[in-house]
Amino acid sequence: MLIELKNIVKDYQLGMDTVHALRGVDLKIQKNEYVAIMGPSGSGKSTLMNLLGCLDTPSSGIYRLNGSNVSEMDDDHLAEIRNREIGFVFQNFNLLPRASSAHNVELPLIYNGTPAAKRKELAEKALKKVGLGDRMHHRPNELSGGQRQRVAVARALINNPSIILADEPTGNLDTRTGDEIMDLFEELHESGNTIILVTHEEYIAEHSDRIIRLRDGKIERDEAK
Amino acid sequence: MQISKIELGEGLKIALNALKTNRMRTILTTLGIFIGVIVVTVIISVIQGLNAYVKKEMSGLGADTLYLSKMPWIFRSYEEYLEYVKRRPIEEKHYKFILEHATLADVVAPELDTRKTVKYQNESLDNVTVVGTTDAYSVTADAVPEQGRFFNMPEVEFRKNLCLIGSEVSEKLFQDENPIGKRMKIGAHHFTIIGVLMKKGQVFGESQDNTVIIPYTVFEKQYGRRNYMTILIKPKDPRQLEALIDQLTGLMRRARGLEAGKPDDFAINQQSQLMDLYNQLTRVLWIVLIGIGSISLVVGGIGIMNIMLVSVTERTREIGIRKAIGAKRSIIMWQFLVESMFISGIGVLLGILVSIAIALIVRSATPLPVNISTWVLFLGVGFTVTIGLFFGLYPASKAARLDPIVALRYE
Ligand SMILES: Nc1ncnc2c1ncn2[C@@H]1O[C@H](COP(=O)(O)OP(=O)(O)OP(=O)(O)O)[C@@H](O)[C@H]1O
Ligand SMILES: [Mg+2]
Repeated sequence: MLIELKNIVKDYQLGMDTVHALRGVDLKIQKNEYVAIMGPSGSGKSTLMNLLGCLDTPSSGIYRLNGSNVSEMDDDHLAEIRNREIGFVFQNFNLLPRASSAHNVELPLIYNGTPAAKRKELAEKALKKVGLGDRMHHRPNELSGGQRQRVAVARALINNPSIILADEPTGNLDTRTGDEIMDLFEELHESGNTIILVTHEEYIAEHSDRIIRLRDGKIERDEAK
Repeated sequence: MQISKIELGEGLKIALNALKTNRMRTILTTLGIFIGVIVVTVIISVIQGLNAYVKKEMSGLGADTLYLSKMPWIFRSYEEYLEYVKRRPIEEKHYKFILEHATLADVVAPELDTRKTVKYQNESLDNVTVVGTTDAYSVTADAVPEQGRFFNMPEVEFRKNLCLIGSEVSEKLFQDENPIGKRMKIGAHHFTIIGVLMKKGQVFGESQDNTVIIPYTVFEKQYGRRNYMTILIKPKDPRQLEALIDQLTGLMRRARGLEAGKPDDFAINQQSQLMDLYNQLTRVLWIVLIGIGSISLVVGGIGIMNIMLVSVTERTREIGIRKAIGAKRSIIMWQFLVESMFISGIGVLLGILVSIAIALIVRSATPLPVNISTWVLFLGVGFTVTIGLFFGLYPASKAARLDPIVALRYE
């Protein structure tokens, strides 16, 4: 089992109030699944994604990733897991504004100590894979939104992670460029990657094999196609 | 810490890029450290130069030569001075008494001095120091004849009008002529020159070569007894200087007929007293100036801390991205520490360069042998690391501890 969540709870303290973002989530995801997470705004989708991506730890519950218990790891250990196991694609791209596409893409490799020559080679390969072989030295502000998101996808997959997590990856893109990104995910899925994405659009969710619907911090429905 | 070389290199690149992007800001931030370093290094160098200068000048007095005279060299008030002036003078009989009884003394020389005009044929020199003494003076005052000889004891006893002249007197009055055997006038009296002294240079800016030396017996006869006599004494064994001082004190009290309980009415001076006084004065200077220097360094450091906090805030999102992708705390920390050390390093480097320039200027414009020694450079490296680390630590750890989610959401 790739991902195993048991009774995951996430509370946020906002002054005197406690926000219950997740109220006991149980979930299992296997390798090479393609999962879409849906649900109304505020239902806890991003919170769940952050936990899955080891950017955050649950208030209670157990999260096993590849068999190891992530819920008890410290900051640096989590950083290592993020580097090795997770590829993120964010709604707002989150690229380094002053770095070239190539540098943005090779960033994860820097933090696991890959030598420069190897990094360059892999970054070039990844950028070619997302169709940006000719945009290696462009900075994010010299690229279109769709191109930026493709750089982000290249960065997410360069380290050959166990999971690619995408939180509304098409949210800032028009329908056509959104479709291009979805085609890219399709390809990655077919070549064996595990993909989990959050979306508000039914037609985006259609790309997946399994749709999980959240409501008020709980799984309301979980259906495979 | 397990940071790879590659990560360190990336941190270095990020830091340099950040400095390049904010060039003006970097330079301005550096200014505080720059000034602090100049203050500290210049102060240290000037004080060191002053020390070397004073030590060299004082060595002219002879480290183990005692100067017995009516007045101490150092007094604390004018009232004290007036007391000293009233004391009975030191006289020839005291000199003879000490010469005879001071068993721990190696050489004993009387010294009387005044200033006179000296004349040879049509040439004359004003304000020449005239010293009355014996041949022991060649040891106690390091007055060695380069040509000719010193007068001997019988010549002193018989009050021969003989003299030795300093190199400056020789050059000015005789030019290329050989002065030995010539007769010249010191004040109103005629003397035969029997020696020319070796050049001694200056002490505290005053030439030691504009001088003539005559037998003290002649001095007393011709120029009167009103002048204060000083007795110069060197110990047989420099390690027994204290014992010699005790012995001399005992002898003088006996010679003066002082009863037990009455204070000494003479003084035994030595170079170390001046050195002590000098050290006392400069200690205060040190404290004040090092204080100023430290304050400017701290102010400079706070400037760095401030700008580093700005830098962390500006790059919150970048930090979030890096952490999300796998950067550990230590590497984020490193990235910002490198940046703060670079800022302080630039300040220290520029500061040292300007200090060297200042030192060169001071050296050529004053007699102080000011020098930026190599340890000041090590000090500079020390400052860089300390200030960079100390004032960079808080901002850097703030950056390192950022929650990646919070940082990613930062607008
Ligand atoms: N850092 C935080 N501090 C306090 N409350 C938070 C925080 N992050 C999320 N929440 C709260 O947790 C709940 C779930 O938020 P989450 O971002 O997971 O929703 P979402 O499903 O992603 O919504 P959307 O579709 O609008 O992105 C919300 O009520 C939100 O206000
Ligand atoms: Mg969300």
